[in-house]
Amino acid sequence: MSAPLSADLAQIGKSVVIKGELSGSEDLYVDGHVEGSISLKGNSLTVGPNGQVKASVEARGIVVQGKLEGNVQASDRVDLRKSAIVTGDITTQRISIEEGAYLKGKVDIQGKQDSKAAK
Amino acid sequence: MASVTQNFMKLFRSGPETPTPAQAQQKLTRRSSGLAELARTWNATKNTEQSLCVLDLGSTSPANIRHFTERGHKIYSEDLLTASAEPNLVTKDEQGHPTLDSRQFLADNLVYPASHFDIVLCWNLPDYLDESLVRPVMGRLWSVLKPGGMLLAFFHTKDAGPDSPCYRFHIIGPDTLEMQRIKPRREARRGPTGAIHTAISDGFRLQRVFNNRHIETLFRDFASIKFFLARDNIREVLVVR
Repeated sequence: MSAPLSADLAQIGKSVVIKGELSGSEDLYVDGHVEGSISLKGNSLTVGPNGQVKASVEARGIVVQGKLEGNVQASDRVDLRKSAIVTGDITTQRISIEEGAYLKGKVDIQGKQDSKAAK
Repeated sequence: MASVTQNFMKLFRSGPETPTPAQAQQKLTRRSSGLAELARTWNATKNTEQSLCVLDLGSTSPANIRHFTERGHKIYSEDLLTASAEPNLVTKDEQGHPTLDSRQFLADNLVYPASHFDIVLCWNLPDYLDESLVRPVMGRLWSVLKPGGMLLAFFHTKDAGPDSPCYRFHIIGPDTLEMQRIKPRREARRGPTGAIHTAISDGFRLQRVFNNRHIETLFRDFASIKFFLARDNIREVLVVR
């Protein structure tokens, strides 16, 4: 799946390597290497199929198609697609895990009334 | 009913033939007395509103994660069979025979505080795990279980053939499981560490068939053990720390 074309979407291409703290107030698409931490409160993070993220992640929504190693905190929703490889603990209000996704870690749904774990 | 039973028995006596794509995707349902007993025992002895800490040692299962999170529990997912196929675990013993490095395996997996989990779901792990890892893993599971915590495991009976298919287990009801055959992979696959390996290209093979005494020895450090024998030649075991 190629990166969605959007003027409001920051993109890290698959040849890009970043080490450090990433933060922002717009959506982010990562298809390269990121190591450190990613903070996008109120915005969404997508780890593309070539993306390799080794970082703690905090965002409103998180979609993983590639590899993510680190704890994940989403104020709204986490989506693990079938090619996702996630190692770390996930804290979110909702989670969707496709058949084929790999997860090694904890799933903690916060907000029981709003929680929803869907296929 | 007899034909359903026969189909289950055939599945656990399958020959070495490669499953068809339809067979590989086939999902079967079975009633699990062990799962029912686990839920009944837990509800009877514990505060039912207490949030449980559950460890699922099978393949990542959206159904299992949904089952426990919808009830307000936390669930940890750790696919130990896939982890045991990592190439960096292969080493040699004192006689020069290939074996797996159990110390490295436990350094990379099952790293949790002591007395952390209320429930551990082993599924069919002991039957398919490499010999060198079985006892160390069971020892580690004992330590990460809370006192009074429960562990559920499935074992083949002596009627099972050496090429018994390996299944994933999905909880679809309080006492009902959906079994999904793990299809052998022909192509190389990227494992959880990113390494490309073909160790799982042939799927997982049944390593041994435990008898009751072996199972009791395996769980000798646990306080109690219950056996549930099913018609499909699966022995379900529920142990309490």
